[in-house]
Amino acid sequence: MGRYVLRRLLQFIPVLLGTMFLLHYLQTVSIQINGNPITALFGDRQPPPQTLAAITTAFGLDDPCLQQTGNPCLGMFLDRMSGYTQGDFGVDFNRQPITRLIADAAPVTVRLTIIAVLFESLVGILAGVVAGIRKNGFADNFIRLSTTLVISVPVFVLGVLVQIGSGLYVGVWLRDNGAPEWLSAAFSVTYQTDHPWASLLVPGVVLGAFSLGFIARLTRTSLIETLRADYVRTARAKGLSRRRVVGIHALRNSLIPVVTYIGIDLGALMGGALVTEGIFNIPGVGGLVFGSVAAGETPVIIAVVTMLTLVFLLASLLVDVLYAVLDPRIRYE
Amino acid sequence: MSELATAATAGHTERSGSLWADAWRELYRNPVFVVASVVVLIVMSWAVFPTLWTSTGTDGGTCELVDSRLGPSSEHIFGTTFQGCDMYSHVINGARPSIIIAVLVTLATTLIGVALGVIAGFYGGWLDTVLSRITDVFLGLPFLLGALVFLALLGEQNIWTVSAVLVVLSWPPITRIMRGSVIQVKALDYVEAARALGASNMSIIFRHILPNSIAPVIVLATLYLGGFVSAEATLTFLGVGLQIPEISWGITVAQGQDYAIAGYPHLLIFPCAALIITVLAFIVMGDAMRDALDPRGR
Repeated sequence: MGRYVLRRLLQFIPVLLGTMFLLHYLQTVSIQINGNPITALFGDRQPPPQTLAAITTAFGLDDPCLQQTGNPCLGMFLDRMSGYTQGDFGVDFNRQPITRLIADAAPVTVRLTIIAVLFESLVGILAGVVAGIRKNGFADNFIRLSTTLVISVPVFVLGVLVQIGSGLYVGVWLRDNGAPEWLSAAFSVTYQTDHPWASLLVPGVVLGAFSLGFIARLTRTSLIETLRADYVRTARAKGLSRRRVVGIHALRNSLIPVVTYIGIDLGALMGGALVTEGIFNIPGVGGLVFGSVAAGETPVIIAVVTMLTLVFLLASLLVDVLYAVLDPRIRYE
Repeated sequence: MSELATAATAGHTERSGSLWADAWRELYRNPVFVVASVVVLIVMSWAVFPTLWTSTGTDGGTCELVDSRLGPSSEHIFGTTFQGCDMYSHVINGARPSIIIAVLVTLATTLIGVALGVIAGFYGGWLDTVLSRITDVFLGLPFLLGALVFLALLGEQNIWTVSAVLVVLSWPPITRIMRGSVIQVKALDYVEAARALGASNMSIIFRHILPNSIAPVIVLATLYLGGFVSAEATLTFLGVGLQIPEISWGITVAQGQDYAIAGYPHLLIFPCAALIITVLAFIVMGDAMRDALDPRGR
C-alpha cells in the first residue's frame, strides 16, 4: 500500500501544476485576445492613458508578454505560483484581497455542501439498499424509475421549479398558518442570514438531488453484486440473520465505490453550488463566481476557480488514498 | 462476458451472434428503448425541420408586447413568453442549438477520446504516461466551473465557442475509458494470434481492438448527448452560453424565472418540460444500451 500511496502522491504534483498552468494560460490568452480587462471596468468613459497604465501596473497586468498572442507568460506563472504558496491570491478590482472574499463566502457554501452530501448519501444509500435487496420488486422498479428521472433534470431546472413550489406555494401556506419562523425560513425564496442552516435546507436538497440518483444506482448495483459473493453465502449458511448479512457483511464492502463516488462528486457539487447559489441568492463562493463573471472581474474568477480546483484535487487525492486503505485488493500498477 | 460468449455459440442460427447483433436484438424488443428513441427522433426533427411543427418560422414568429405572458389558449397553446412571443414556437425552435451542440460535441469528444485512448492503451510506454497525465490535468477542472471560466474568459459566446469549450472539458473521461478497454482487449488471445500471423499494428487496431473495445464508449456517448443538452441549457441559463437573439430553452427558462414567481407558471413549465423530456430520453436510451451491451449490470 505504501508504494501505491507514494505513486499517487508523486502523480499529484504534475497534475496540480498542469491544472494551475491551464487556468493561467487561459487567462493570459484571454487578455492577449480581448485586451486589457481594466478597460472593461470603465465602460464608455475611459480614464486618461496614464491612469489606465497606473491601474494596470497596480494589478500586475503590465507584463509585455500580454501583448504577444500565444505567449504562455511563464514569468507571470512563476510569480503567481510563489504568491499562491504564500497565501496571496491577488486582489479584486476594489483592492480587496480575494482570500478575504472567499473566507467570507466559504462558510455558507460549506454548509450548503454538507446539507447536500448528507441528504444525497443518507437517502441515496437507503434507496439503493432497499432496491438492491428486493431486486426487480416494486420498490426496486420505483426507485430505478425515480432515480432516472432525478438524473435527467438539470440542476437549474430543478432549482427554479423547487424555488417556486417550496418558496411560493408551501412557504406562503406555512406563513399563513402560523408555522414557526425557522420552518417558514426553510421554505423561503431566498437565503436568510438569520437562519443560516434552515434557509439552506431546500437549496441543499436541490444540490444533492442529482448525485442522489447516482448514489442510489451505484449502491444497488454494488450490493446486488456483493450479495452473490461466496462469503455472503457462507454467512447465510452459518445461519446469520438477514439483517446482519446485509448490514454488516454485504453493505460494508459494497459501499467502497459509493464512498469513492461521494469524494469525486465534490467537483460536480461545486458546479451545482454555483447554479443553486445563483438561483436562491445565496452569498457563497458560487455567488462570488457568478457576480465576478457578470462584472468581468477575471482576477477574481481565476483565483476562486484555482482555489476550488485545489480543493477538488486534494479531495480526489484523499479519496484515492482512502480507497487503498479501505480495500486491500487495490494495487494499481 | 463468458455467459454471453456461450450464449452466442449456442445460437448457431443467428448470424455469428456478435455482441452487437445480440445487443441490437435485445434493444428493439425493449419497449422502453423504443419509446425513448421515438422521443429522441421527434426532438431531432424539431431541431432539423422546425417548420414541420410550427408555422411561425425559425425566429419564433412575431412577438407582440401586448400579448406578454398570456396563459395557454387556442391561439397560443402553450401561452406566450414575457416578450409576447408564442411559447410553443419557442419550445420547438429551442431544440435546435441544444441538439446541434450535443451532436457536435459528442462526435468530436468520441473521436478525440477514442483516438487518444487507443494510442495510450495500445502503445503504452512514455506515450501512455504523457497522455494519461494530460488527461488528469483536464479532469482536474470541475466540469461546470471549468466551462464557466472558459466561456467567461473567451468573451464571445455562440454555438461554436460553447461547443469548443464542452469538447475541451469532456474528452478526458472517454479517453480514460477507451484506454482501459483497449488494455483489456489487447491482452486477449486473438490479438496475440493476429500478431503471430504477422498482422500490422494498424490492422490489429482496426480489425480486432477497436470493434471489441468500443462498446463502453458508445454507451457513454449516448449518455453524453443528454448531458450536453443539459450542459448547454445550464450555461445559457447562467448567462455564459448562447445569447439573446438566439432561441434556446436555457434563455426561455432564465427569462421566465422571475415572472413565474409572480404567478405565471406556464413561462417555466413548458420549456422545463421540453428540456427534461429530451434529457430523459437520451439517458434512458443510454441505460438500455448499457444493459444490452454489458450483461453483468443486470
